[in-house]
Amino acid sequence: MKIRPLSIYAFLYLAFLYVPVLFLPIFSFNDSAIVAFPIQGLTTRWYENLWANDVMQGALWNSLRVAVACSVIATILGICGARALTRYHFPGKGGMAALIMLPLVLPEIIIAISLLVVLLQLGFNLSLISVTLGHILMAVPFSIAVLSSSFEGFDRSLEEASLDLGEGPAVTFFRVTLPIVAPGILSSLLVTFTISLDEFIVAFFLSGTEPTLPIYIWSQLRFTAKLPDVLALGSLLLLASVVLLSVAEVMRRRAAKRAGADPASGGFL
Amino acid sequence: MTSASGVPVIGIPLSEAAVIQAGTGEGASSGWRARLWRSEALRGFALISPTFLYALLLLLAPILVIIVFSFWTQSYLEIDRTATFVNYIEAWTDPLYRILMFRSLGVSAVVTLFTVLLAYPMAYYLSFKVDQRKALWLFLITIPFWTSYLLRVFAWKIILGYNGAINASLMELGIIAQPMEFLLYNVNSVVITLAHAWAPFAILPIFVSLEKIDRSLLEAATDLGDGALRRFLRITLPLSLPGVIAAALIVFIPTVGDYITPRLVGGKDGLMISNMIQVQFGKANNWPLGAALAVSMMMIVAAASLAFVGLTRLLSSRIR
Repeated sequence: MKIRPLSIYAFLYLAFLYVPVLFLPIFSFNDSAIVAFPIQGLTTRWYENLWANDVMQGALWNSLRVAVACSVIATILGICGARALTRYHFPGKGGMAALIMLPLVLPEIIIAISLLVVLLQLGFNLSLISVTLGHILMAVPFSIAVLSSSFEGFDRSLEEASLDLGEGPAVTFFRVTLPIVAPGILSSLLVTFTISLDEFIVAFFLSGTEPTLPIYIWSQLRFTAKLPDVLALGSLLLLASVVLLSVAEVMRRRAAKRAGADPASGGFL
Repeated sequence: MTSASGVPVIGIPLSEAAVIQAGTGEGASSGWRARLWRSEALRGFALISPTFLYALLLLLAPILVIIVFSFWTQSYLEIDRTATFVNYIEAWTDPLYRILMFRSLGVSAVVTLFTVLLAYPMAYYLSFKVDQRKALWLFLITIPFWTSYLLRVFAWKIILGYNGAINASLMELGIIAQPMEFLLYNVNSVVITLAHAWAPFAILPIFVSLEKIDRSLLEAATDLGDGALRRFLRITLPLSLPGVIAAALIVFIPTVGDYITPRLVGGKDGLMISNMIQVQFGKANNWPLGAALAVSMMMIVAAASLAFVGLTRLLSSRIR
C-alpha cells in the first residue's frame, strides 16, 4: 500500500459501477410513487403488487422456460466447443473458434434481425423457441469461456492412466473426466441461465406474442404509475442474477482448482 | 480476441494437417478405424462440429441472408428479388441516416475513449497493487456487467429523468423550482449511460495484458536508472498496448449498434442507427432498407476498427 491515490481511485471506480444500480432497490421500498429523495417511508407494497400480477407471472414463467432450455443446450454445445478448443489441434480451428465466439462482440441487433428474417422466410412463427435459439447463440461463447478454465489446466495423464488401466473411453469419461469438470459445468449452466434471463434485444425481436420478463419490464416503462412495481421487479431480477452469478463463480473456481489451474485467472472473459 | 480464459484463436501448425493425411493415406484395412479414431484432428473436428454447425446455421448463414436481403426491395408486403443498389444509395445519401450513422460512431468513439481511460488505472491497480483477493476484485468488477443491461440503463433514466432522482430531490429541497431538462434525453446522457454500462468490459483485457508483463523488465529499468514515470511510458504502457486495443474494440464495436440506451435515455436528439434499423423492421416495414442499414453499419464499424488497429500499430512502432 505505497501508492494511496490509486487505491482511492479503485474504490471510487467500484462505487461508480454500483451506486447507479443501487437506486433500483432503494426506491423499490420507497412509500411514494414519485422517485425522489428524501425517502418517504418504507413499504413492501410494490412487492405485494407483484404477487398479484398475473401478466408478470406469465412473463416470468416464459423467461424461466427459455432460460432453462438455453442453459442446458448452450452448456452442451459449450462443453463440445471448450473441450475441442483446449484439447485438440485441427485445421481451421482458429476460424471456427472466431465464428463461435463472434456473438461476444457483434451488436445484438444484428443477431436479432438476421434470425428474424431467416426464421420468417423459412415459414416459422415467432415464439419462445425462436427466442431460445437466439439466446443459445449468445450464451455459447460465455459457456466456453467459463468451461475453458476447468478444461485448460486439465491433467491429461489422469485420463491416460485410466485408459492404460483398461477402462474404456466411456467409463473414463464418467469416472475421471466428469467429476473433475462437474463444477465447471454447473457454473456454465448458471451463467448461461442468467444471460438468457436478463437478455432483452433478441427477445424483443423474436418473442412474438409471448413476452419474457425483460420484455414485460420494457412494456411497463411507459406507464409512470407503474414505475414502483417495475422497480420492485427489477430489484428482484438483479438480486437473482447476483446470487446465481456468485454461485457460478464459486463453482468455476472450484473447477479450476480441481483441474490444477490458477483460480484467479480466466473465468468471466 | 484476447481473453483471459485463453480460448485460442490462433491457427494450428501445418504439420498437424500433414499428420491426418499421412494417417488416412496408409491403407492397412484392420487398423484404419482405430487410427482414424486416434487421429487428433478428426476427434477435434467431431467434437467441435455441433457447436460450429450451430453457429454456422444460426449466425453466419442468417448474416449472409441479411446481406442478400439488402439488395432486394420491398413494396408493402411484396419482396422484389431483383438485385439493386437502391437501398444502399438511400442509406448512404439520405441525410437522416447519415446523421444517425455519424452520431452512432461519434458517441461510440467518445464512450470508448472514456471507458478505456478510466479503466486503465483500475486495471493497473489490480495487476500491480493488489496481491491478495485479486479474484474477488475481478469478480466485483464483472458482476454489474452480468446483470440485466436493460435495468442498468433504466437506473440512469431514474436518476437523470424529468421526474428523476436528481430533479425531484433538488426540487424537494427547494434548490431548483423547475426540473432541469438538460439532464436526460440528449447525446450526453447516452454517453454517460453507455460509459457506465460498458466500463467493466474495458478493464479485463487491459488487466490481462498487464499481468503478462515480465516484472523483471521493470526491475531492469529501475536498475538502469529509469524513474517511475519513464519506466511506465517505456515499458508498461507499450507492453500493455494490445490489451488497450482489445479493450477499445470490445467497447466500440457493440456500442455503435446499441439499441436500448439511445431509446431509453436518448430522446429525439440522442437516437442512433440501431433505432432506425428497428424502425425499418417494425413500423416502417421496409426490411431490405433495414438490412442495408445494418450491413452498412457492420462494414463501417469493421473499417473503423481496422483503421484504429492499423493506426495504433503504426504509432507504437514509431515510439519504439
